[in-house]
Amino acid sequence: MNEDAYNFAYLDEQTKRMIRRAILKGLAIPGYQVPFASREMPMPYGWGTGGVQVSAAVLTPEDRFKVIDQGADDTTNAVSIRSFFERTAKVETTTVTSEATVIQTRHRIPEEPLSEGQILVYQVPIPEPLRFLEPRESETRKMHELEEYGLMHVKLYEDISRHGHIATSYAYPVKVEDRYVMDPSPIPKFDNPKLGDSEAIQLFGAGREQRIYALPPHTEVVSLDFDDHPFEASKADHPCTLCGAENTYLDEVITDDAGGRMFVCSDTDYCEGRQAAGFTGAMTQMRSFSLAGEDSA
Amino acid sequence: MTPLLSARDVTKRYGAHIGCAAVSFDLYPGEVLGIVGESGSGKSTLLNCLAGHLAPDGGEVVFDTRAEGPRDTLQMSEPERRMLGRTDWAFVHQHARDGLRMGVSAGGNVGERLMAVGARHYGDIRGKATDWLERVEIDATRVDDRPTTFSGGMQQRLQIARNLVTGPRLVFMDEPTGGLDVSVQARLLDLLRGLVRDMGLSAIIVTHDLAVVRLLADRLMVMKDGHVVETGLTDQVLDDPQHAYSQLLVSSVLQV
Repeated sequence: MNEDAYNFAYLDEQTKRMIRRAILKGLAIPGYQVPFASREMPMPYGWGTGGVQVSAAVLTPEDRFKVIDQGADDTTNAVSIRSFFERTAKVETTTVTSEATVIQTRHRIPEEPLSEGQILVYQVPIPEPLRFLEPRESETRKMHELEEYGLMHVKLYEDISRHGHIATSYAYPVKVEDRYVMDPSPIPKFDNPKLGDSEAIQLFGAGREQRIYALPPHTEVVSLDFDDHPFEASKADHPCTLCGAENTYLDEVITDDAGGRMFVCSDTDYCEGRQAAGFTGAMTQMRSFSLAGEDSA
Repeated sequence: MTPLLSARDVTKRYGAHIGCAAVSFDLYPGEVLGIVGESGSGKSTLLNCLAGHLAPDGGEVVFDTRAEGPRDTLQMSEPERRMLGRTDWAFVHQHARDGLRMGVSAGGNVGERLMAVGARHYGDIRGKATDWLERVEIDATRVDDRPTTFSGGMQQRLQIARNLVTGPRLVFMDEPTGGLDVSVQARLLDLLRGLVRDMGLSAIIVTHDLAVVRLLADRLMVMKDGHVVETGLTDQVLDDPQHAYSQLLVSSVLQV
């Protein structure tokens, strides 16, 4: 079949219109989960069907598109969604955060601060922060409606009583504009502070659960905590092995079966940018030494 | 003296069936009211209507709120009513499983109501939870255990602790001793009697066990087919029942 048989960005205009309505409503009520008629997408649930629909609805032919999967641009999910929009929307794509106008992401917020005019689209598996505490949808809706969020703290209480500290390390619940409690999607809690007061528009799409929610620019987002156990944006206590960055979220990479491991930036674009600018970490320094040694031999 | 709770013509119908019909009573602060009757007599329906779990078809339930004095709870907005349900009211279910979160530790269960009204200091919440566990005779070392590891009687005591931690003024109890063996029942009743006296609680206890009301209740209402057939002081009703059904009820108790 001719590729032009598809409408721009795969979805038909009526569907995009419906999704845009949901997005606008979400932006008007930050943190509120807006139901929308999620479509079947040519990928399984759990692979970002919600994010893809939101991206399709906001993309214009002039946009430059970037896809992140766990911080990386080159993993299966990122590559396939990027090529999906290359084919169906023929938009330019990039891996450079600052050059992108629309960024679809799974599990990370880029290290580089986002700027005005950018849109960050999150893929959300379970939009309801109260889901594992209260299984009834009718009840969770009522709890949001009446702002009954004590249960969220029960979860944090349980964490402390079992582990001695708040052990929730991803999908850490936040309160938006002192009203709605929101699941920020499974981003590490290290990224939570970047949710608030961002210059970019942040959109969250959950395909299977048929919900869209949003954070307009400069929204107040507070991570929930206790007075005597305050929120802490934790990360592995190492610098990046490749670029030496001290303040980025790190992936632990097992390098052999004898306990060898290294920590590298999970945001590949940020790490490569630093390396290109001449920053070095433990491993890159080592390599230059050994190369020098070979030269002299 | 203003009644703490006063019900006027509370009626609930299930289609053509009567749940409870035109029930009126006053409950004064510190008083314990027992509601007895056979299965299907409308006791639980009435209790659920009073506690705001069911919407009655008619009548009014006036509660003497702390801030604004007597107010009809049926005319309140839902947030107000639910707020009342977490602060001044408590509801003890017959089955502890209905009133507890089985996947959450005992401490979390007791702390939930505190957190629901805005407590945000972990140490304080835990301290209060431990204190309340001890008051209901649960060992403080069990604070991090889940209710699933508790016996039936302990679960019921935990449910009571969870309900009383915010210092409510009115407790609704639906068969609090149902399903417990007699010695455990006796301890629970003893505990309840102590708590009711110490905290000056008012309570409405629904039960079919006359021994429970004999021990706990100051006044008694006997219900049959959705109607109140007899009211009076507990000892008076139990020792000298006037209505034919009350007489039947009292005489049906097995003497050991």
